[in-house]
Amino acid sequence: MSDIHKQAFIEEALELLAELEVSLIELEKSPDDKEIIAKVFRALHTIKGSSGMFGYDDITMFTHDIETVYHLIRNGDIKITKQIIDLTLLAKDQIKLMLDNEGGTRYNDEQITGEIIASFRKMVTDFHSKEDKSAKTEKKHNDSVAAQNSEFKSFYLLFEPNEDIFLSGTNPIMILNELASLGKYIIAGDYSKIPSLYDFNPEKCYSSWEMIIRTDKGMDAIKDAFIFIEDQCFIKVNEIDQSDLLRNDDNFARFEQFVKTNGMKLAGALEQFDRDLKQAAFKETAQIKKAREGQDVHKEADTTSSLRVSSDKLDNLVNLVGELVTLQARLNQVASNTQDQAVQSISEEVERITWSLRDSALNIRMLTIGSTFSKFNRLVRDLSKELGKEVELTTEGAETELDKTVIEKLNDPLVHIIRNSIDHGIETPEKRERMGKPKVGRVHLSAAHSGGNVLIKISDDGAGLNREAILEKAWASGIVAQGAELSDSEIFSLIFAPGFSTAKTVTNVSGRGVGMDVVKRGVESIRGTIEVTSKEWVGTTITLKLPLTLAIIDGLLVSIGDDNYILPLSAVEECIELTKTDVENSHGRNLVNVRGGIIPYINLRESLKIEGIRPPIEQIVISNLNGTKVGFVVDKVFGQHQTVLKTLGKFYNNVEGVSGATILGDGSIALILDIAKLCEREEIVQ
Amino acid sequence: MNGTTINETRQYLTFKLSDEMFGVDVAQVREILDYIKITKVPQTPDFMCGVINLRGSVVPVVDMNLKFSMAKTERTVNTCIVVVEVNIDGDTTVLGALVDSVQEVFEIEPENIEPAPRIGTKLKTEFIKGMGKHNERFIIILDIDKIFSSEELLSVKENSIVADAPASN
Repeated sequence: MSDIHKQAFIEEALELLAELEVSLIELEKSPDDKEIIAKVFRALHTIKGSSGMFGYDDITMFTHDIETVYHLIRNGDIKITKQIIDLTLLAKDQIKLMLDNEGGTRYNDEQITGEIIASFRKMVTDFHSKEDKSAKTEKKHNDSVAAQNSEFKSFYLLFEPNEDIFLSGTNPIMILNELASLGKYIIAGDYSKIPSLYDFNPEKCYSSWEMIIRTDKGMDAIKDAFIFIEDQCFIKVNEIDQSDLLRNDDNFARFEQFVKTNGMKLAGALEQFDRDLKQAAFKETAQIKKAREGQDVHKEADTTSSLRVSSDKLDNLVNLVGELVTLQARLNQVASNTQDQAVQSISEEVERITWSLRDSALNIRMLTIGSTFSKFNRLVRDLSKELGKEVELTTEGAETELDKTVIEKLNDPLVHIIRNSIDHGIETPEKRERMGKPKVGRVHLSAAHSGGNVLIKISDDGAGLNREAILEKAWASGIVAQGAELSDSEIFSLIFAPGFSTAKTVTNVSGRGVGMDVVKRGVESIRGTIEVTSKEWVGTTITLKLPLTLAIIDGLLVSIGDDNYILPLSAVEECIELTKTDVENSHGRNLVNVRGGIIPYINLRESLKIEGIRPPIEQIVISNLNGTKVGFVVDKVFGQHQTVLKTLGKFYNNVEGVSGATILGDGSIALILDIAKLCEREEIVQ
Repeated sequence: MNGTTINETRQYLTFKLSDEMFGVDVAQVREILDYIKITKVPQTPDFMCGVINLRGSVVPVVDMNLKFSMAKTERTVNTCIVVVEVNIDGDTTVLGALVDSVQEVFEIEPENIEPAPRIGTKLKTEFIKGMGKHNERFIIILDIDKIFSSEELLSVKENSIVADAPASN
């Protein structure tokens, strides 16, 4: 088996495992939901099947026993318990380990897998012994679900494989045989599409089949036969037992005869037979037809829905688009210098297409944050159990899209924030009850768009931050000068300082004062900002403001002296002039009056130590930094610029205030300024 | 420190800084550019000239004269940027070295290369791979990986912080 296929299998299996975990957590909340049980079963079944195909026999064996239990659950024979969910989650982790180890060198713990399997087997044997016992004493032991399941029903099945089904190595006959083993059946093949021998391609499948199956296994058993080829064929399964039709063996045999004599298609025959029967019995035909329409289960192949592409290819595409954007800026500049109308109109056209190409290329890399959110269900579940707390995780805005790289880097910060919320924020159930709060604590994750940013909020209804405790700790550790008074938001932002922790004991969950530092670094590395609001005894909300994408941003092109600089446009509010007289009137203070409001400004020429003389009229770019307005003085403002971010590399790593560089239309370089950092630095200096 | 003894015949690109001849292994040289506009990055030490646009990528440039504590490179018609590939912590980084003039490429046999003297070169001994002899002239063969190693970069950062401190009061 080639490595590519194996890789594809591993990727698919990992996805299935993730799905399985999500379903299990859902199942824990609503243990009677048949849909979810079926989902779990399907995931297990697919893992079992495909792992067998790729030689992961240990996974196949292991999954088989779990599947057996879920089969019983699906039939309503065993009830979902917390224990089963716990075991399945453990099993899921084991399967993942087995996958990681390529089935070769056995790194996974035989003992654990053995124990898990033993527990699952016990459930099955428990059930069977119980069944035997009760079967002896009382016949009608089974609840209504099981009784319903054991009833014989007839189904109409239409199976139309795609032409190229053979290419995937599937033999339709095997599937038909599997179906035939379910019970009594009538089958009719449709061979009308088989072309003349001249056009016949032996690698293509031209046949389709209709089948009527009478079985006590239920519709799911029929659908399971198609589990591996769902997307390679068209399948329709109807239950046809609404009325007396084919209910008893007698009718079934008569229908078989009817089909044989008439030699028509099964669907038609069924209808005809039905009508005949109905007429004979003076019954309404419309009723059954209506009922049958309602029962239609369409399983149309949705082949166009998604495509698996390696992320390297996407990164490459985005890089190329970045180069194109740079090149287009150059073309634009050259075109605007010529008087040639034709060239100018072509340049405009190219600009338009480049921009939409940029948007769609970036859009491909967008992922919904939902997958990240759902990962935390497990974390919250395990953590709250470990800490003896009851916590419920609710999410909102899971469909919000973010750049792949942003999402990847977001994972760690979110883990730390949620850990902190549960460990320090949410109180124990007893304490919560004493305080009149609901017993179950709540952690709420939400994501929403806001302009060019995405806001991610993590709020809990726990104890909140203790303002005084933080301040005291800050005084004691010397982060803040003794006795200094700070505003709420300043105090709360102290929790992000490295090594800062108000926790009295260090647990294995948190308390070392490392986590929040990780959060801050992580968020800053994706050019995001953090804001904390908290009310003691009521709860804490941490808001992360993140850029939509990291590859290309909208920038404001400005110049100071001979060099050009880019300010991120998302933070810019307005530009105003700063004249010499304004400067003289403010007596050396860097403050400017904008429509009655006083706004401080930073002279970038001084701040960046750029040589040269200040021009008589300068520009102030007023930006909004986390709610406070700060002006940045530059010589000239050119306007909006599509900025392709380039890193400055290792050599200029950690140069404060510069987050990267970009190449302008004329080939020169403009540095991208990190205005938040510049502002922070200025605060420290003063 | 002598782990870098040279024992095979290799080609070296020679260039001049002030009046001294230096050489680097051609395998590490990517290309040679005429002087183009260098964009200075603020808050960095003087020897880091800034960045240039090398066909779409941003490449940092270092003034070798200043790096070796000599007078700042004066721009003349001969001033060149030697683009080299440096190995920093296992990653290949492209870097421009601003030099007074580029001379030529020639082979030096190992027997014509002597280990670096401990004193007298005004350079850190570890920056020098050896002293090559060519036409009765000494050529200082540089170990550019060492010159731009991560420890050196770290000291750059410290320097820049120190350089900043008085100004920020």
